[in-house]
Amino acid sequence: MLRNSPFFQLYRARLREFWRQPARIFWVYGFPTVLAVVLGYAFQSRPPAPIQIDLVESPFSTPIALAIRNHNDRLAAAKASSGDTRTTALPPVSYELFTEEQANKRLNTGKTVLEIVPIDESSWSYRYDPTRPEATAARQVIDDVLQEAAGRVNPRQPRDIQVTEPGSRYIDFLIPGLIGVNAMGGGLWGIGFFLVNLRIGKLLKCFIATPMPRRDFLGAILASRLTFLIPDVTVLLLLGVLAFKMPIRGNLLVFFLIDVIGALAFAGIGLLVASRATTTETVSGLMNMVMLPMYLLSGVFFSAERFPRSAQYLIQALPLTQLVSALRLVLLEGAGLFHHDILKAIAILAAWAFGTFSLALRIFRWN
Amino acid sequence: MSDRAIRVKELRKQYPGRDGPVHAVSGIDLEISVGECFGLLGPNGAGKTTTVEILEGLNQPTSGDVEVLGLRWATDETAIRERIGVTLQETRFPDKETVHELLTVFRSFYRAGLPVDDAISRVSLESKANALIEQLSGGQQQRLAVAIALVGDPELLFLDEPTTGLDPQSRRQLWEVIRELRDRDRTVLLTTHYMDEAERLCDRVAIIDHGKIIALGSPRELIARLGGDHIVEFAVDGNGTTLEPAAFASLDSVLTARADSEGFALTVSEPHRAIPALLDELDRLNRPLARLTTRHVSLEDVFVSLTGRHLRDDAVEESRAFNLGGRRRKNRARPPS
Repeated sequence: MLRNSPFFQLYRARLREFWRQPARIFWVYGFPTVLAVVLGYAFQSRPPAPIQIDLVESPFSTPIALAIRNHNDRLAAAKASSGDTRTTALPPVSYELFTEEQANKRLNTGKTVLEIVPIDESSWSYRYDPTRPEATAARQVIDDVLQEAAGRVNPRQPRDIQVTEPGSRYIDFLIPGLIGVNAMGGGLWGIGFFLVNLRIGKLLKCFIATPMPRRDFLGAILASRLTFLIPDVTVLLLLGVLAFKMPIRGNLLVFFLIDVIGALAFAGIGLLVASRATTTETVSGLMNMVMLPMYLLSGVFFSAERFPRSAQYLIQALPLTQLVSALRLVLLEGAGLFHHDILKAIAILAAWAFGTFSLALRIFRWN
Repeated sequence: MSDRAIRVKELRKQYPGRDGPVHAVSGIDLEISVGECFGLLGPNGAGKTTTVEILEGLNQPTSGDVEVLGLRWATDETAIRERIGVTLQETRFPDKETVHELLTVFRSFYRAGLPVDDAISRVSLESKANALIEQLSGGQQQRLAVAIALVGDPELLFLDEPTTGLDPQSRRQLWEVIRELRDRDRTVLLTTHYMDEAERLCDRVAIIDHGKIIALGSPRELIARLGGDHIVEFAVDGNGTTLEPAAFASLDSVLTARADSEGFALTVSEPHRAIPALLDELDRLNRPLARLTTRHVSLEDVFVSLTGRHLRDDAVEESRAFNLGGRRRKNRARPPS
């Protein structure tokens, strides 16, 4: 029965072809995994890094060095007894002694962010570039340390409540983003690039020279694309949960449903990209034109909300923005299918899918 | 049921070109009977592929009337597709499929057809049935392309330059496949620019040049139209005035004479009379013979006599096309000023 079904045969062929290309498997599953692991570790929550500064050698540098050492000793003691909340807000500080000439040169070449030049026993100057955030932060910290060492008493006693819970870390933000990127890449590479290659190799022409129903052909490509979503999603979710203890707060079926609708939107875009192109160069250019803005703007690696308000209309209309933010909402905030933002994302993705498919099918060049 | 497999009337196809429309096909009339092996011959760019693609329903004619197996593309596309098989030029099949798998996929497109193993044995690829396509040689891939066209057990088979670029042994293997089809009373439409191929395989041939049929008939008939059965080719040594081919046209038994690459070619009816006459004439002109060969007339000679060009002598046109392409590419590479 299935032996004579063009849909089934084409579907199986597509799965076979994918499965037999280890390189492709790496780029689809291995690469995002490696990316997640590398970025996950690079941005994992760590104790605050010590602030490194240069201290210019002079008779007056000794009290400053002493104040810094005392500060660090107090931090170490506080850590051991985990008491004192007053000083734990300030990170440790490390310093190196240089001549003024050396220190100036290091500052000018960006090797240090802050240089302390002692003037007399009760005053010193800070040299730093105020446009560098880490320099301003260093100045703030070292100034607090030195002022407190000199006897400053803080009139108020704030408490620091530090939050590093699973769910709010960079890796938790990243994994749904990478799942969205996979859906985009799959649609554009797995459908767009694939179809253009069939056209270039004349295989598309060879297919349509037979009585093969075109809907079976497109249906099989689409079905195989959706099939590949299962490992796409599973690999990254498992990585998040097992390696990074990422929480899953929402319903996984809703999560998968959103990914399917997103994948359909990108399948439509892939089909549209492939509808006329007859060379690899053209389709690569078109794919970059589609994918690059979304990589940058859609909040995969950093939040899309950091972009100016005027750009938000455009950014929010991009399918990847909607897909990634809906996936995050479900996964990290436990949003349900009928959450307002989820419904909005589904509507926008469905509109993309419908619009691109209807246009692509109208202009698709079969021969 | 029509006994015509293909009927074409006043077929024209023009493409928009940079210097006005390009007439790829300019008025072709053709009838091919059921069971016939028909050859479409012509140099590269003559319009063979365009014509065949229109017949295959892969390209739309600008005007003209096309009937395939008594049906029309506009109304009976699926019905025609069920009954024809198509082999295109240089199809790149998926590397990671096996021969058997790919044929199974293609077999599923047809309501009726050959068992996959039969299609494989028709083209003698049994030993490669479970090999990946990337492991096949060029000739084997071409035979696979034919097997794909055969798997629906077509009444009419289109083969577009099936042997171009193949080594002699692979060509001969494909010829066997085509002969076997003819023996099974299938209609075959073959395009080629190899004249010997057409002579060996085809019942009738049409020679196409510049989008028109310039000769039509069985290879025997076309050759007979030249009048003589033999070609005498020779070259002369020695310095002296350049010889005109006309000087040999009136020799005994010589029908036509033309200059050929580095020499002359005479069409003769009886070599045993023409050659002594030629030798006498060269003696008289005091020009020693450098080379002399005789052979049977071929379709190649027919083509040369019709067009004044050699069929595969398209090096000039190809290099011109290449230059155009090269210049265009250069233009594109130049940054916008």
